Amino acid sequence: MTAPNALSLGVARGGVELKQFFRERGSVVFTFAFPAVLLLLLGSIFDQGPIAGTTVTGGQVLTASFAAGGIVSTSFVNLGSSLAVERDDGTLKRLRALPMPPVSFFLGKIVLVVVASLAELALLLVIGVLTFDVALPSDPVAWLTMAWLFALGITACSLLGIAASSLARSARSAGAMTTLPYTVLLFISGVYVPLQELPDWMARIGALFPVKWLAQGFRAALLPDHMAAGEPAGQWELGKTAVVLALWCAGGLVLCLTTFRWRSALTR
Amino acid sequence: MNDAAIRVRGLRKAYGNVTAVADLDLDVHRGETLAVLGPNGAGKSTTVQILSAQLPRDGGAVAVLGADPAKADRRFRSRLGIVSQTAGDLLELTVEEVVRHFAGYYPRPRDPGEVIAEVGLAAQAKRKLRQLSGGQRRRVDVALGVVGNPELLFLDEPTTGFDPEARRQFWHLIRALAAEGTTVLLTTHYLDEAEALADRIAVIADGRIRAAGTVAELVDDREVTVAWEGGSKTTDTPTALIAELGAGYAGEVPGLTVTRPSLEDAYLRLIGQEASA
Repeated sequence: MTAPNALSLGVARGGVELKQFFRERGSVVFTFAFPAVLLLLLGSIFDQGPIAGTTVTGGQVLTASFAAGGIVSTSFVNLGSSLAVERDDGTLKRLRALPMPPVSFFLGKIVLVVVASLAELALLLVIGVLTFDVALPSDPVAWLTMAWLFALGITACSLLGIAASSLARSARSAGAMTTLPYTVLLFISGVYVPLQELPDWMARIGALFPVKWLAQGFRAALLPDHMAAGEPAGQWELGKTAVVLALWCAGGLVLCLTTFRWRSALTR
Repeated sequence: MNDAAIRVRGLRKAYGNVTAVADLDLDVHRGETLAVLGPNGAGKSTTVQILSAQLPRDGGAVAVLGADPAKADRRFRSRLGIVSQTAGDLLELTVEEVVRHFAGYYPRPRDPGEVIAEVGLAAQAKRKLRQLSGGQRRRVDVALGVVGNPELLFLDEPTTGFDPEARRQFWHLIRALAAEGTTVLLTTHYLDEAEALADRIAVIADGRIRAAGTVAELVDDREVTVAWEGGSKTTDTPTALIAELGAGYAGEVPGLTVTRPSLEDAYLRLIGQEASA
């Protein structure tokens, strides 16, 4: 008999990760449902007919921006907080002692993030379609744009989440280490509040981080082209978006490789 | 070489400037059950974690199943079973899901259903770990330690929180594994557990092995206490002393007791050694 291979173990890990995620009320409510509830709230508040000079409502803009915010939650917040908990409660220590290649563990996390993020994106789009009359794009190019934004976005944010989990001293501080930057970034990246309404300095800071570009990209894919005029550069800047997200992927990977730990002080 | 499951010489480990293990030597033979006894902070868990390839060591020579655990690969890890101290993970999964999942890591696992029955959780197989008592959750840990069909099983205080019946059941399981040839290294606070399960006992204190051997070897048989109304004396010739006393009293010696030292006496003497040195 041979040892199970790394790929099949990774798939098995993914199954277990998903079961644990969707059975844990805290993660479902906080990570998964939170963006949807906020979209319903904010969308309903700002959905007072088309925005001046456009054919698009506030609810539709928010749906596109929240698509980005939602997958940041299911990647960055999800991994950042869950890994810190798993480091404290002995999960990682137990797994590390198993005859499992570390790559299988991370494959399982990838399965978790991809499935949870796809479900989140679908949930937000369904809310947009049903509540704010969002028209899903008929152009395959727009779907392709969403696909690469999704891939680059969850990769960068997952890596940053893993790195953030290592910064947290314990599971208790992990919530703060991920939720605070997440919430701040959603404010300064044009998700909760349109970029034009932000003070210039705030928008500039937001533009250093991936969320701004991810949200702008989703607006490019989901909103009509004339809406590009409302963006800071007056255009969608998809090429620049790809570059910024790719750079954050590279930076996030370096941070992960240099900070990842299987143990915390508690589980030594 | 072939009959040594574990061979340790001069093992050292410190956390910062706190020494956990200082110059520890230990041998565990293949197929034997060795219990490591020692007070809290003596270095039991640290030693187990180093031997089971969960912690790097600072120094010393270590061979576990003929390999260096510091260079553990998957094949090596698949030959070990580990029951660590308390973990609070996997709460949302059922007993069956967890044991089945963990069996999937090993090349020759035991049957998950059988393992669940052996640890006495057949009735709780469909329950989530969150819904189990502390003792039941500990049994899940034991199930996860043995489901891979290990050659060498590490048990770090495995029965903490067990009720007496669960402990008996657990002893039965470990004896069955040992009878099949599994080598077991067990740390425990309970002297009766060590006495019930172990072929040999190693007493550890302050990061060093104080003594190792069978119960008979550890307990100093020559220090028998003879007590009677009017005095007591420790001797290695109790029969002669009693004959002498009997002659002196011209009949029954009032309140006569003869006490051979117990493992507990030997243990307390061994761990107290440092304090009096």
